[in-house]
Amino acid sequence: MVKAIQLIVYGLQVGSIYALLATGYTLVYGIIKMINLAHADFMMLGAFVSLFVYTALSGFGSPWWVVAVVIVATMIIVALLGGLVERIAYKPLRNRPTLSSLVAAVGVSMFIQNFLRCIPVVGPVPRAYPSLFTSANITIGGVTISAIQIVVIGVSFVLMLAMQLLVSKTSIGKQMIAASCDKDGSALMGINVNRIISITFCIGSGLAAICGILYSSVYPSIHVYMAATIGNKAFISAVLGGIGNTKGAVLGGLMLGMVEVLLQSFNSSVSYGASFVIMIIILLYKPAGLLGTAETEKV
Amino acid sequence: MKNMKKVIRKEYICFIAIYLLILFLNSQGIINNYLFQVIMLAGINIIMTLSLNLVNGITGLFSLGQAGFMAIGAYISAIITTQLLPVLGLRASDALSAVLFLFAMIIGGIIAAFGGFLIARPTLKVKGDYLAIITLGFGELIRSVIRLIEFVGGPRGMINIPKLTNFTWIFVVVLLVVYTSRNFITSTYGRACLAIRENEIAAEAMGTDARKYKTIAFTYSAFIAGIAGALFAHLLVFISPDNFAYAKSSDLLVYLYTGGVGTITGSVLGGFIMTIMPEFLRFMEDWRLVIYALVLLYTIIFRPYGIAGNREMKFLGIKTYAETEGKLWKKIKQRFKKKGVGKA
Repeated sequence: MVKAIQLIVYGLQVGSIYALLATGYTLVYGIIKMINLAHADFMMLGAFVSLFVYTALSGFGSPWWVVAVVIVATMIIVALLGGLVERIAYKPLRNRPTLSSLVAAVGVSMFIQNFLRCIPVVGPVPRAYPSLFTSANITIGGVTISAIQIVVIGVSFVLMLAMQLLVSKTSIGKQMIAASCDKDGSALMGINVNRIISITFCIGSGLAAICGILYSSVYPSIHVYMAATIGNKAFISAVLGGIGNTKGAVLGGLMLGMVEVLLQSFNSSVSYGASFVIMIIILLYKPAGLLGTAETEKV
Repeated sequence: MKNMKKVIRKEYICFIAIYLLILFLNSQGIINNYLFQVIMLAGINIIMTLSLNLVNGITGLFSLGQAGFMAIGAYISAIITTQLLPVLGLRASDALSAVLFLFAMIIGGIIAAFGGFLIARPTLKVKGDYLAIITLGFGELIRSVIRLIEFVGGPRGMINIPKLTNFTWIFVVVLLVVYTSRNFITSTYGRACLAIRENEIAAEAMGTDARKYKTIAFTYSAFIAGIAGALFAHLLVFISPDNFAYAKSSDLLVYLYTGGVGTITGSVLGGFIMTIMPEFLRFMEDWRLVIYALVLLYTIIFRPYGIAGNREMKFLGIKTYAETEGKLWKKIKQRFKKKGVGKA
């Protein structure tokens, strides 16, 4: 029983990182119907930017406000980078077939990884990540929960809740929904569609940056190719839940995290392949994902 | 005399000349053995790009898992040759081992094609982006399955594969694939696939069984990928699951899209130039990968038809079938509107 609860907590921790990253995938897909394969690389960028900001502020020690500054600064920097990439690489392709923007995303992902690998401040060698949060453990009835786990789960849930509120309650969220329904129509209603798309990219990249901080706090070794596997998994989560649906992303992420942790406890080498099997099976029976609604194509 | 002219065409002489020239330069040491190996790898990449072109360029589907089919072909053929060569008491240099290699290559291709068929049949009902993800998942799945099989070395990879691939093999297979792709595109099947790419609903309304033709295109391209995998395994003599990772599939996308998606010429140029180019950019060390990415982004944004620029080599004798981005369909629609046929 204790072991089961321990696994569930671990599953929640893994799953909430997937869910947070998947939310970014879903936001971008929802608005311009484009799979941003470079999304996970913004997570990697987040990890590195936070490392640099933290080192720059190392003179102050690490009181809570330094950690807060690191998180906020990373989020802003990476969000701006995300918006920049969107303007340069994706905007010219908006009226082309979706597949060409998919290729552009592959190109952006290759560029970010290899560019960082080339510049000397980052380099190809894995870096140690500082512990931003305390490494204390809490034991309740035999179940040990580390402070990092609480932070990861807590921060992700707060952010995901904030995203739900942002999409459903605020003006920006409503503009996003409008733009994803009908771009021309919402432009006629006075919505600056280009601006909304850029903002969506910024928000998505910012979320990915935070995800990077959380992920590297759990696994404190960061390198330029760290995002490949976790990116694929987050992407699977988004597809599982029904891509374009933020609630679906959360559901898919948590589900995938749980399944993976449970499988890992039986056999560690099966879990990576198993996540793909689950995805393929679910897509075969529910082609639009768990919470997605199938669209009928109009002639 | 007239018949002679028909049999011996200009391009055949060109092919033989290129073949002999490369062999000659290699024997003279102008092309060193390393560069020779790279040229052979470029040949394999050309085959892979042509196979991807059939799916992404001609049928308008999107496959991110082509490396998975390549892995199937590579492993199956490598198992056959490593198991059978010692049993038959053959050495890699024997003439008979070439026959065995051909056999292994075809079996590898067929099993890869079967894999393609298995994944195509149920998944082709999902469209566009979702299909891209399923193929990505399939490619990664194959890789993780291979990692689990201890018989082929698991994650450590498979060693001691006989070196059966040589330049002649690759040259001949590239030519065969170019010509069969040409024939496929100009056949009923190819035209059906093009129709599906331009507008699936319209094609189905005209009586084209979209699912059938998509399956055929997918299976056929998996077959070619399997053959390329067999050549690859017997060229490198060592294969590991990581050779066929997602990075390989995305490299193929770079080849295809910089070369010019939808054209045979583009696939050949893209596969060749993008494999050879890094060798001439060696002085830039790691930066060449950055340049690679920038070239891809530049082409996709500013030159959607790639290096080939929506042209085909003359000897192929086909009109260009590069992606028209729905222009063809618009044209047809406009034609109908003008004549008032489209109005109900």
